[in-house]
Amino acid sequence: MRGALSILAIAAVLVCAATFVAAQDDTERAVERYRQMLKEDPWSNPGLLDADRGETLWKTKRGPKNASLDQCDLGKGPGRVDGAFAELPRYFSDAGRVMDLEARLVWCMEKLQGRDRAEIVERPYSKANQAGSELEALATYVAHKSNGLKFAPRLEHAKEREALAVGEALFFRRQGPMDFSCSTCHAESGRRIRLQGLPFLGKPEEARKVVGEWPAYRISQGTVMTMQHRITDCFWQMRLPLIDYGSDVAIALTMYLVNQAKGGEITAPQIKR
Amino acid sequence: MRITSLIAVAAAAALALLGWHLLFAQGTDIAADVERAIKASWARATPEWQARLVQDETQKACSHYRNVPPKAIADAILAREKATIKYPPDSKLMGDWKKGEKLAQSGYGGRFTDYPPRAENGGNCYACHQLDKTELSFGTLAPSLLEYGKNRRYKDAEIKTVYERIYNPHAAIACASMPRMGSSGFLTIEQIADLVAYVMSPESPVNK
Repeated sequence: MRGALSILAIAAVLVCAATFVAAQDDTERAVERYRQMLKEDPWSNPGLLDADRGETLWKTKRGPKNASLDQCDLGKGPGRVDGAFAELPRYFSDAGRVMDLEARLVWCMEKLQGRDRAEIVERPYSKANQAGSELEALATYVAHKSNGLKFAPRLEHAKEREALAVGEALFFRRQGPMDFSCSTCHAESGRRIRLQGLPFLGKPEEARKVVGEWPAYRISQGTVMTMQHRITDCFWQMRLPLIDYGSDVAIALTMYLVNQAKGGEITAPQIKR
Repeated sequence: MRITSLIAVAAAAALALLGWHLLFAQGTDIAADVERAIKASWARATPEWQARLVQDETQKACSHYRNVPPKAIADAILAREKATIKYPPDSKLMGDWKKGEKLAQSGYGGRFTDYPPRAENGGNCYACHQLDKTELSFGTLAPSLLEYGKNRRYKDAEIKTVYERIYNPHAAIACASMPRMGSSGFLTIEQIADLVAYVMSPESPVNK
């Protein structure tokens, strides 16, 4: 009797363990199923609500200059949104610096609408279950307008090549109380933190799969998350201070990631766990 | 004849110097650009927090050589880091494995949302290592430590190795990925001893 009981107990433990592992696999599978459904019916993607809101914000007159963002130059000429995201970050001669999408949006809001930078970047990232912030909605809208295109960083201007070199050096730079660099977690295939899978961003095949997913709609958060937010969260985990919005480090790292993902398809806003 | 060979040698030397200069100058330019970008990007952080972005010698060397330093540099790292290890005053390298288990599970501490501290810093071992076989949520960035102590017959020398490895992994492996939990002051000597017990005690679930 006791033998039978212990066999039962062992079996129960094994079933629990198997269920747990299966549950994790199920989560991955469910996300994959969700993605498959979105391929069949792209309009059911909740991230598109933010893209829509972004489009409305883009066309709404705001700020002291009562202007919309219609004349914002994202690199392909004033008002040209289609395909602009695929060539960002890039050098902007009017600003005299390399900018990614998010830094450029702030620039346009300042210059065209006459708005105060501090006010624009005060709360760039929404919290769980909130609607995306203005910047998140705008970034989702612009990125979505390159959906289906492939990343094609220009790297023609010396400053663009410099941003790439700085981004690569930053990717391998170890710092902080934990001695972490980006490469501590993203330099091998098939690794995890706890149960969270990690992309090997040094490998173009893997970078191409994930970089074009951002801005992404996160199911667990119920909101969209931009690339700058993603990078900020990595730095938070690395025990580094809060990085300024639209800063050179985030732009240089984005340039490195986009260059690693060169030729990879833009699927933003993709669905993430 | 002598003059022509002198000229040839001088020309070769000049070319080599030029090449070296070009190579070196480019390298230092990028390093300067990186530092400038960092200064500008964390301009609003407090000086205390900005200090976290300043690299020490080991971080600098490991970044530069992408964690594969040449032998002379590696030897210098090993010696420098080994010298930072401090041992418990009572020489007991094993503490309480139950406290160690809590520390191994906890990823708390050091993030900008963790201040003022609401708990003690954790070791976050499970982020990267497998330990207790019943804990299925473990990372795979680092080797599995399943039955680590048992497999090493709980030897004293192995206990010391584990203590030192947690305190400062660069003392054994130059440019190791793991944080220097003791040398950085992130964990205390007592906390490290508790973690050693979690890995090395026969009573610990890690060895069951």
